[in-house]
Amino acid sequence: MLDWIRARWQQGIRTSGFPRDGVDLPDRFRGRPVRDPARCADGCRSCGGRAPSALLTAGTDGSVAVDVGACLFSPDEAAACPEGAITYGRDHRMAARTREGLRSPTGEVELARALEARTRALFRRSLRLRSVAAGSCNGCEAELVALGNVVFDLARFGIQFVASPRHADGLVVTGAVSRNMRSALERTWEAVPPPKIVIAVGACAITGGPFAGSPEVADGVGAILPVDLWVPGCPPHPLTTLDGLLRLLGTIEGDGRGPGALAAPPRHG
Amino acid sequence: MSPWRQLGLRNRRAVPLRALPVEPVERFRESVIEAVGEGRRLAALFGMPEGDDRTRLIGILADDAGGELGATSTVVGDRYPSLAAVCPQAHGFEREIAEQCGVVPEGHPWLKPLRRHDPDHLPPARRAPPADREAYPFFRVDGEEVHEVAVGPVHAGIIEPGHFRFQAHGEHVLFLEIMLGYQHRGVERLLERGDRDRSVLVAESIAGDTVIGHAGACCGALEALARSRKTPRGQTVRGIALELERLANHLGDLGAIAGDVAFLPAASYLGRLRGECLNLLMALSGNRYGRGLVRPGGAAFDVTASMAAEMRDRLQRLGEELDPVLTLLFETPSVQSRLEGVGAVTRAGCVEHGFVGPVARACELPRDVRHDHPWGIFRFAHVPVATMWAGDVLARALVRRLEIQRSLAFTIEQLGALPKGQARVDCGPLRPDELAVAMVEGWRGEIVHVVITDERGQVRRHKVVDPSFHNWTALALAVPGNEISDFPLCNKSFNLSYAGHDL
Repeated sequence: MLDWIRARWQQGIRTSGFPRDGVDLPDRFRGRPVRDPARCADGCRSCGGRAPSALLTAGTDGSVAVDVGACLFSPDEAAACPEGAITYGRDHRMAARTREGLRSPTGEVELARALEARTRALFRRSLRLRSVAAGSCNGCEAELVALGNVVFDLARFGIQFVASPRHADGLVVTGAVSRNMRSALERTWEAVPPPKIVIAVGACAITGGPFAGSPEVADGVGAILPVDLWVPGCPPHPLTTLDGLLRLLGTIEGDGRGPGALAAPPRHG
Repeated sequence: MSPWRQLGLRNRRAVPLRALPVEPVERFRESVIEAVGEGRRLAALFGMPEGDDRTRLIGILADDAGGELGATSTVVGDRYPSLAAVCPQAHGFEREIAEQCGVVPEGHPWLKPLRRHDPDHLPPARRAPPADREAYPFFRVDGEEVHEVAVGPVHAGIIEPGHFRFQAHGEHVLFLEIMLGYQHRGVERLLERGDRDRSVLVAESIAGDTVIGHAGACCGALEALARSRKTPRGQTVRGIALELERLANHLGDLGAIAGDVAFLPAASYLGRLRGECLNLLMALSGNRYGRGLVRPGGAAFDVTASMAAEMRDRLQRLGEELDPVLTLLFETPSVQSRLEGVGAVTRAGCVEHGFVGPVARACELPRDVRHDHPWGIFRFAHVPVATMWAGDVLARALVRRLEIQRSLAFTIEQLGALPKGQARVDCGPLRPDELAVAMVEGWRGEIVHVVITDERGQVRRHKVVDPSFHNWTALALAVPGNEISDFPLCNKSFNLSYAGHDL
């Protein structure tokens, strides 16, 4: 018993101060991609066909857009542009409420706004989620598990992963939705009582990720279920997902940095 | 002397495809069965379309004691006499061949769907009906008071999808059948598209907890086919990353085992220490799982001198923080009694079925690619092979504990003695009509990538064997005889990959 207490003492308190404290990510961390339009003129095709993902999309008018949802956050996608127009910033915040919110000419993301007041009032200050992995590599699931460790400690925000869809307010879907998981995903969704939400976590759930185009996957969950929050990443850093979830609950607003970013807790009558 | 023995095939040494023996199917069977009987392992057995309507079956045989590989092949039509009845190591491979290539192994004792998908490696002139993805003939035990428990594909925790069907009598498990395939994404076809950048990204996503392992095997095969120069520095950085991956996963799994026996202090501490290893990989590669690091020709990110010093410090601190936690976990009697004697695999079972990694090492089978078929830095810096003998949950946990200590010592040592030079060189084009096998000891065991090029130097076939492909059978064999409530604990001690199996 004394050994237990000694170990407890040695380990100390390790929970991060997020979101009140700043975020400390290493120099090489690849956060939200940024496109420099000056180096990537509309109509330029020098990266054409070489980029290993659909990070860059060209409109019918030749204008180029960055789709953060399709980004695999690999150095190869940035290297595919010989002009060096694509770089990775260190911004971990990139969860959006709409698919369109992940597309912009420069890589800006329309950061998620809180759920509608009525839904939030029903959920109170908590969120119970059921995870469904559907044609993933287990990378996103590993980061969802990490959200529960003592560092990120998801439970302190009132968010919890539950064992049954019947106990859940919504689903967290990871993976490109394989053909073999599609019916299980749909049945899990049906088992969640309304009002219910869907959170698509990771490039696969958004666009199919590295598996996009395979006849064995649906290229993401968007074609199958109505998605309320899109969390890009391969896999998303736990703080990216946490930032998105807290925005959904209205706990974080604005730029999500510093003490002013914390919204007042919602009142319930 | 069978022709396949003189092929000169080794881990990461390519051979011309025309040197690969083509034997009549009966002779092929005998070669494989004889080699396995002599103690070799079937590291891979797979089909490749040959001509309009034929399929070439290729077997890769590993001689772990001699550090060599053998390969042989045969050409068949739509059926051939199965090996599995006499060679259980071929069991899963032959089910895979039936599903991928539409070739029936006649006389196979357990010919059920493996991943439930349409054949994706059919010869061009052959047609096959679409797969029935729902129907699956489960084995059933009948009898008074015998009942069936079905679990999955959606589980209670945050876990990948798979289906477990227990035949139980009360709490006592009589039989466990595992149905997989829910994570099937068509990985091998994607690897055969002929776009190297995208292939490496797919390889990194075969199993998201084994990014370094699978990318290392994929790049190893491509480099062998390109005769790419290898730089000592690049190989060392890759070796360090591989051991960091092993550390992260072993720590996480020991924590999960602690959680499953409700020993929460160790579960919490180990969960955090796992994160520290992921953060070290992120400092190195920009991603917590090491994505973006391993690339054809070496490592895309170098370790700077200051980074090496900092990483060493952090690993040393991690070791100091870890020791009391591991002592706490393994010396608490209530934990020990929950791990001991549960979920045992036998040594004979390992030999018969060809299990790999910590599962085999926990049965005193010293199988470790780093030792048996060393590559890169592991040819010069030896990591002692960790073994135990009981084959149960405790033995697997103890193997991992030893491997944590040895990987820590290895990474700290290598970070202090990084060779000079470049971390990455240009890999160059692949040679035409060749075959290369690259093996890596991932944290779950032996990862095999076999890549065959066509006459233009494009990838013609890319076969992936994740260690879980072998070891799911080990779990199915370990659970019967145990209490059904011990299943989560057994499962965690293996922690096999659904995605790696399903591809």
